[in-house]
Amino acid sequence: MSLQSFFIFSSMKKIIKKHPLAIRWFHWINFPVLAVMIWSGLLIYWANGVYRLGWGDKTVLKFFPDSFYKALHIPYHLAEGMSFHFVFMWLFAINGFIYFLYLIFSGEWRLIVPNKKSFKEAWQVVLHDLHIKKGLPPQKKYNAAQRIAYTGVIIMGLGSLLTGLSIYKPVQFNFLANLLGGYEWARAEHFILTILFTLFFLVHITQVIIAGWNNFRGMVAGFEVVQPLSPIVFLPPEEKIIEHTSEPLSPLPSLPPEEKIIEPGSESTELKENDTIQGT
Amino acid sequence: MIPYKEHEISSKEIRNRTLISFLVFVLLLVLAITLWKWLNHQPQEQGALKPLRKVLNYNEDVFNNFLSNNHLAKTFPVSSAVKKVRVNGNIGMSKDFDPTTWKLKVIKNPGDTLIVTIDEIKSLPKTDLVFDFKCIEGWSQVTHWAGVTFADFAKKYGLSEQIQKKYAGLITPDKRYYVGIDMPSMLHPQTLLCYEMNGKPLPMNQGYPLRLIIPVKYGIKHLKRIASISFSNERPPDYWYERGYDYYSGL
Repeated sequence: MSLQSFFIFSSMKKIIKKHPLAIRWFHWINFPVLAVMIWSGLLIYWANGVYRLGWGDKTVLKFFPDSFYKALHIPYHLAEGMSFHFVFMWLFAINGFIYFLYLIFSGEWRLIVPNKKSFKEAWQVVLHDLHIKKGLPPQKKYNAAQRIAYTGVIIMGLGSLLTGLSIYKPVQFNFLANLLGGYEWARAEHFILTILFTLFFLVHITQVIIAGWNNFRGMVAGFEVVQPLSPIVFLPPEEKIIEHTSEPLSPLPSLPPEEKIIEPGSESTELKENDTIQGT
Repeated sequence: MIPYKEHEISSKEIRNRTLISFLVFVLLLVLAITLWKWLNHQPQEQGALKPLRKVLNYNEDVFNNFLSNNHLAKTFPVSSAVKKVRVNGNIGMSKDFDPTTWKLKVIKNPGDTLIVTIDEIKSLPKTDLVFDFKCIEGWSQVTHWAGVTFADFAKKYGLSEQIQKKYAGLITPDKRYYVGIDMPSMLHPQTLLCYEMNGKPLPMNQGYPLRLIIPVKYGIKHLKRIASISFSNERPPDYWYERGYDYYSGL
C-alpha cells in the first residue's frame, strides 16, 4: 500500500510527523555504536567466559560455545576489545545522555514512559501481535508494549553505563560497585544487560520487518503516511488539541508553511497531564 | 487523546521527502563505513590503533582525577582469603634465578643505586592486606598479602626526590617482564612491596622473595620478583602496554 503511494503522483495523502529529527539521529548513531560495544565486549568477555545457564554441574547453555567464538574470530583479542570498548564507551554515553536530556526537555518522554494503563494494555498488544486476539487499544505514538520496551531499554542503557563504570574503575567507584553487589556481581549484571540488549534487538528487528516500510520510513524520513486501518486514532481537526511537536528540530525547515506537517504549538511546552493521559 | 495532527500533502511531496531522507541516510551510512575502515587501517602505536591509543591516554587523564589516597580497594577479613591462589602469569620467572643472592636495587639516580636486603625490608612496618585481586582477563580472587607500603619504604630510605618523578619502573631479574607505574598509584596507601602471602613467605611462583601488590591496578601491573625500581618522568617500558593494553590499567 505504501509502495503504491510512492508511485501515484497526484493524489493527496494524509501524513503525520512521527519521529523528530533529533530522535532519528540519536537512534541511528546509537545503533552502530552499540554494535561496536557489544562486539568489543565479546572480545573482552572471552578472556574469562565463565557464565552459563544451568544448575549444579548441569549446563543448559554455555556463554559461549567454542564454535560460536571461532565463527566470529573472537579468541585472543582482549587488548583489541578493550581498546575499542573504552573509546566507544564515550560515544555511547554521550549520545545516550543527550538523548535522555532531549526526551525530558522536549516533552517527548510523555510518549515513551508507560502510563497507568500501559501494563494492562501491553498484554493486549502481545496477544494481538501473536495473532491470538484482534484489535488494539487506541494509542498515541507508541502502544503500551512499545512504551514498556522502549523505556526499559533506556533504563538498560543507564544500567550498562553504571555496571560498566563499576567494573572499569572498581576502586575509584567503590561505592557504586558495592551498591551493585560487588565487583563480580557488577560484571555479571553488565553481561546480562548485554544479553538483554541483543534479545531486544532481535524482537525489535522482527517487529520492524513485520510493521513494514511505512513504519521504517518513519525512523528515517520522520513521517508516516496514515493508513485507513492505522491503529493510531485521530481527533477531528476542529477539536482543540495539544500537539506533539519538537519544532526547533524540524527536519525540513525550508518547506512552505502550508506544507508543514505539524504546526508549532506554543501550548505544547505546557502540556497538561490530563491532555496526554485521558481521553482514550 | 492523540498528540499528533494529521496533515495532507501530495504523493509527489511524500516521494520527494522520502527520497531526500534516504539519500542522506545512505550517505551517512557510507560515511560511517568509511570512518570504520579508516580507523581499522590506522597505524598501531604500542600494539593499539593510534586513534584508540590517543583516547586511552586521554582516559588516563580523566580517571586519574578520581585516583585518591582516600579511595581504597575494598578489604576483607582474613578468613575470606582463598587458600589456592591463582597465578596470573609467569613471564619473567626464569628457572635460573638464585634467591640466595637476591637484593633489591633502587636506582635513585644514574650511578647511584641503593641496595636493600629482604631482611631490611622485613624490618620496616608491616602492612597486611586482604583484597579482591583483579586480573585484566576478568576474573578476581580475594587474597591475603603482607609487606611494606611503598610510601613507607620511600620515607624510610629518603626517596623524597625520586617520588617527585612521574613514574616508577619495575623489572624482573631476567629483564623479561617490566612495568611502569604512575607515582600517585605507586604511593597509594595500599601499594605494597610484598613478601608474604597467606601469612607465609611468598611461594616461588608468586614472586619470591619480593613482589609488587598494587590494588589500584589490574594484575598485569603486580610485578612478581622485583629486581630493581627506577624513577623517571617519561613512561618506563611496560610489557603489556607494548602488546596493546592500556598503560594506566588503573582500577
